Amino acid sequence: MTDIFYTYLLPTAIIAGKSLFLIVLLLVSVAFLLLADRKIWAAVQMRKGPNVVGAFGLLQSFADLLKFVLKETIIPSGADKVVFLLAPLVTTVLAISAWVVIPFDNNLVLADINIGVLYILAISSLGVYGIIMGGWASNSKYPFLGALRSAAQMVSYEVSIGFVIITVVLLAGSLNLTDIVNSQSGDLGMLNWYCFGLFPMFVIFFISALAETNRPPFDLPEAESELVAGFMVEYSATPYLMFMLGEYVSIVLMCSFGSILFLGGWLAPFPFLDFIPGFIWFALKTCLLFFMFAMVKAIVPRYRYDQLMRLGWKVFLPLSLLMVVLTSSYLVLINHFSNNL
Amino acid sequence: MLITNLFFYIFSIITIASACMVIAGKNPVHSVLFLILCFFNAAGIFLILGAEFLALILIIVYVGAVAVLFLFVVMMLDVDFTRLRAGFLAYLPIGGLIGFIMFIELVLVLGTWNLDLNLPLSNGLTSDISNTRALGNIIYTEYIYFFQLSGLILLVAMIGAIVLTINHKQTAKRQNIFNQVTRDPKESVKNVNVKPGQGI
Repeated sequence: MTDIFYTYLLPTAIIAGKSLFLIVLLLVSVAFLLLADRKIWAAVQMRKGPNVVGAFGLLQSFADLLKFVLKETIIPSGADKVVFLLAPLVTTVLAISAWVVIPFDNNLVLADINIGVLYILAISSLGVYGIIMGGWASNSKYPFLGALRSAAQMVSYEVSIGFVIITVVLLAGSLNLTDIVNSQSGDLGMLNWYCFGLFPMFVIFFISALAETNRPPFDLPEAESELVAGFMVEYSATPYLMFMLGEYVSIVLMCSFGSILFLGGWLAPFPFLDFIPGFIWFALKTCLLFFMFAMVKAIVPRYRYDQLMRLGWKVFLPLSLLMVVLTSSYLVLINHFSNNL
Repeated sequence: MLITNLFFYIFSIITIASACMVIAGKNPVHSVLFLILCFFNAAGIFLILGAEFLALILIIVYVGAVAVLFLFVVMMLDVDFTRLRAGFLAYLPIGGLIGFIMFIELVLVLGTWNLDLNLPLSNGLTSDISNTRALGNIIYTEYIYFFQLSGLILLVAMIGAIVLTINHKQTAKRQNIFNQVTRDPKESVKNVNVKPGQGI
C-alpha cells in the first residue's frame, strides 16, 4: 500500500499542486495584464481608462469577473447546446494547458519535454476549434461568418509561424525550450539573442502572433463594425468570460513564447545583471511584448480580409521559407552540424 | 507499468468508442468532432509507446489542419439526411458485399499476423538520442528518395487542386498592390475650383 502511495499517488499530488499554483498565478497575472491592456489603450486615446474599482482601478478585472459569473447564461433556442457550451471550455483549457512547457527560469518548468516547441505549436493550432465550434453551434449568421474567417486566418498564419520557429530550432539545435534559451546565452549578453540575428523573423513572428491570437489589427473574427462581435455574438455571462480568458491567456502565452524564442527567456541582457533572478527577466520580457501587443491594438487600423490573406500567403510565407533556406545554408557553410550527427 | 496499462486502455477504449460515434452520429459536424477525439487518443497511444514526435505531428497535421478543413467543408454543406437515407435499401447489397470483403480481408490479415511479443517495445524509450533526431537520421539518409518523392507527390496534388478550383474572372475587381503603392498623389489628385450652381 505504501508502495503505491510513494510511486503513484504522491507524485500525482505534487504535480497537481504545482499545476494549480501555476494556474492561479497565471490567472491573477492575466487579470492585471487585461487591466494594463485597457489602461494603455486608454492612455493612447487620452482617456483615463478604468479607475473606479480599487486604487487606480486595480481591482477592475475582479469586479468584471464577479459580474460575468453572476449574470444569467443565455443559450439560444436554435443552438447546439453541448457544442455551444463546449466551445469556450475548449478555448480556455487549451490556452492554459500550453503553459506546462514554458520555462520561467533555468529548471523552473512544469514539464521539461523534448519537444516543447512542437507541443506549443500543436496546442495553439487547436485553439481554432473553440472559435469554429462556438461560431457553428450558435446557429446564427454573424458568428458563423466570424468562425469561417477565423479558421482560414489561423490556419494561414500557423504556416508562417511554423517556418519562423524552424529557423530558431535550426540555430538552437533542439526542440526543447530550455535548450533554446540556453543556446542564446554567451559572453555577449543580449547580442546573442536571436532577435538580433534573426530580426526579420522576429518581426514576422510578432505579426503572425497577432494574427494567430485574433488581436487587432487582425481581429477579423470579431470585427465589431462588420460582424457585431463575430463568433462571440450569442455568448453571455460565464461562457463569454471563458472565451475572453482563453484569448488573453493565449496572448500572454504567445508573448512568453516570443520572449523564449527571440529575447533569451530568463537570461539577463548584460552579464553584470545576472544577480537578478531569471523569472523576473522572463516576466519583464513578456510584459514588454505584451506592451507592444497593446500598442498595436491602439494605433493600427484593422486589416481588410483579403489584405490579411495576401500578407499571410504572399508575403510572410515566401519570406520565412527563404529565411529557412538561408539559415540552413549558413549553418552548413560554417559546419555547424558536423559535430552532433 | 500499472499506470501505463491503465492509460493504454483508457485511450484505446475512447479511440474505439469515438470511431464508432463518427459513423453512428446523425449530425456530420458531431461526426467530425468525434473524429478529432479519435485522433487525440491515437496520439495518446503514440505517447505511451514513446513516439512523442509522431504523436505531436499527428495532432499538428491531422487535428490542427486536416480536420479543420474537414469541419470547414462539413459546416458549409447542408446535408439532408432524409434524402441520404432514401437510397439505403437500393445500395445495401453492393455496400454489404464490399463491407463483407473488407471484413474477410481483415480477418485473414489479423489471423495470419505472427505477433512476436518478445520484440523491444520501442527504441525511443531505451536509447539516449531523442525521438526527433532518430527519425531525422533515418529519413534523411536511408529513405531520402522516398521522402523527396512523397513531398513531390504532395506538391503535384496541391498544384492540381489549385488548378481545378482557380477561377480568374476578368470582371472581378481586384486590388493591384503595386499600382496602388506606386501611385503619386500629385498626379492622381487635382484641385478644382467649383463655381456654385455649375458643377464640374
